[in-house]
Amino acid sequence: MPNLFDCNITENIRLTNSVYSIAVDCESIAAESAPGQFLHIKCGDRVLLRRPISICNVSGGVLRIVFEVKGEGTKWLSLQQTGDVLSILGPLGNGFTFLKGNVIVVGGGIGSPPMLYAAERAKENAAVTAILGFRSADDVILKDNFESVCDEFHLMTDDGSAGERGSVILPLENLLKNGEYDAVLSCGPHKMQEAVAKLAAEFNVPCQVSLEERMGCGVGACLVCVCATMPDGTMKMSRVCADGPVYDAREVFF
Amino acid sequence: MADLKINFAGVELKNPIVTASGTFGFGREYGEYYDLSKLGGICVKGLTAKPREGNLPPRIAETPGGMLNSVGLQNPGIDAFITDELPFLREFDTVIIANISGNTVEEYAEMAEKLSGGNADIIEVNVSCPNVKAGGMAFGTSTEGVTAVTKAVREKTKTPVMVKLSPNVTDIASIAKAAEDAGADALSLINTLLGMRIDIQTRKPILNNNVGGLSGPAVFPVAVRMVWQAALQVKIPILGMGGVESGSDAVEMMLAGASLVGVGTACFHNPYAPLDIIVQVEQYLDKKGIGSAKELTGKVEPV
Ligand SMILES: Cc1cc2nc3c(=O)[nH]c(=O)nc-3n(C[C@H](O)[C@H](O)[C@H](O)COP(=O)(O)OP(=O)(O)OC[C@H]3O[C@@H](n4cnc5c(N)ncnc54)[C@H](O)[C@@H]3O)c2cc1C
Ligand SMILES: Cc1cc2nc3c(=O)[nH]c(=O)nc-3n(C[C@H](O)[C@H](O)[C@H](O)COP(=O)(O)O)c2cc1C
Ligand code: FES
Repeated sequence: MPNLFDCNITENIRLTNSVYSIAVDCESIAAESAPGQFLHIKCGDRVLLRRPISICNVSGGVLRIVFEVKGEGTKWLSLQQTGDVLSILGPLGNGFTFLKGNVIVVGGGIGSPPMLYAAERAKENAAVTAILGFRSADDVILKDNFESVCDEFHLMTDDGSAGERGSVILPLENLLKNGEYDAVLSCGPHKMQEAVAKLAAEFNVPCQVSLEERMGCGVGACLVCVCATMPDGTMKMSRVCADGPVYDAREVFF
Repeated sequence: MADLKINFAGVELKNPIVTASGTFGFGREYGEYYDLSKLGGICVKGLTAKPREGNLPPRIAETPGGMLNSVGLQNPGIDAFITDELPFLREFDTVIIANISGNTVEEYAEMAEKLSGGNADIIEVNVSCPNVKAGGMAFGTSTEGVTAVTKAVREKTKTPVMVKLSPNVTDIASIAKAAEDAGADALSLINTLLGMRIDIQTRKPILNNNVGGLSGPAVFPVAVRMVWQAALQVKIPILGMGGVESGSDAVEMMLAGASLVGVGTACFHNPYAPLDIIVQVEQYLDKKGIGSAKELTGKVEPV
């Protein structure tokens, strides 16, 4: 059962100019978490609403989140230190579904962190290929982690300053053309996910995407976080927090 | 131990704390966190005659001490509520308040009829939704509109009728009086205050609907003032809400004139807020040696 916990921070590391990695101790959430789920985190007393942040990975009773400083909430979060306490509601939402077979995980920018957890889980009974895309070398995160978990790893940057130049779509198309894959799992900017979903559909490979929307309650009660989905041919407003954030790409109305 | 029971328009509640409509769904989600029977009552998500998908996202924008929402009454419709949601809610020993919104006076009347005969303990008539084009707030901002809707609902049901008022008016007292005169058994207020946020990078409003309803601690003093002004004008009991975050806020709302207190936005950052507030109200009463929660209502001593 998800619940409200006060969790001790065990580590706060700055990964890039604006991205931080925070580890917290919480046996209860760790025991129940699944890749693709998120935590709803109270970011001090100056902002009212909790902030949704994906679980980046879990080891033992320790949860890790990796986030970019965007506004006041994430700024506050970045300033917390080892020994400080975070109020966390979680784990929330529906994660990725894992079946047998070869998996490609795609992460775009700050959408990459939850894909590490997904890659780790997929690796338990499949070969995993990761494709990550960033703006430039300065923005690259979690490269070593993905490299050590995955059988194959492709790094892309918009300006070619690290890895190959271009978007994640280039290596994805090559892989799908030349290999046998059973699933594509993805998280990142909306436009990127739309392109990933389209490509996967062309090659008839099942694709799951993790969506983002502004949230209130985080548990499915307030209906502010909806996105348009087509589960059975008719458009429906689906709650990203409770029905998502991970969706079968065929259901998403991009 | 103080007595928390409240008799509200003939309905017995075990304590004065109810969840605010639209912030608690149909109870299922928060029911995973605690026993809903601990609540005084549950106001369900606003219901309409036909199912509604609501407005396009984004539907939420944070503000200093509050938030704007533009959900636009997404709900499965009153028939689905009665068949699919009500049986679940009835498993709990708590008062069920059905919140209804119509496009026309006739729709309000039709929904009230469907809810009669035990499908709700109280009918909350929402004439104050700022997020729909027709109906909603259009009725709640004039005494004529409030009178017409309240009368139509009153004729169709013996279930207690509570009219939910909009704060987007210049004279809340006259609107409150119109509802009472038209046969309302109770009032609830406030609904959200119309607001707007703009992203200065894109020059676009944050909400897809451009405007939305403000709730949360930012509206609390406005809510207290409006409950006080309404209470001075009417004899029927009031459910006061708007920005209540703690037991002391709830006590303040009651002193202003509320018999019951609604908790909404507070649940978003603390799912346990309604239960925490019940405990805090009880502690306040015990500390002050006040025997019963109902003794607080309207006990402000204005200068
Ligand atoms: C399911 C989910 C998982 C996420 N996982 C991560 C993650 O692992 N790492 C990471 O860096 N970011 C993640 N995000 C985005 C993150 O929630 C926002 O960047 C963050 O809420 C911004 O808060 P702020 O106070 O810094 O910004 P502000 O812009 O000041 O926030 C104002 C309000 O808008 C909301 N908001 C602003 N941007 C977003 C956004 N992109 N998505 C949702 N709400 C937003 C905030 O929650 C807040 O309510 C995730 C979002 C969702 C929905
Ligand atoms: C997301 C959201 C949805 C709401 N939906 C409804 C609704 O369907 N019907 C209604 O009468 N009020 C609705 N309201 C208003 C609340 O019931 C309440 O009047 C208001 O939010 C003030 O209380 P609060 O500050 O404690 O949230 C909604 C409020 C929010 C935040
Ligand atoms: S955030 Fe409340 S329903 Fe999703």
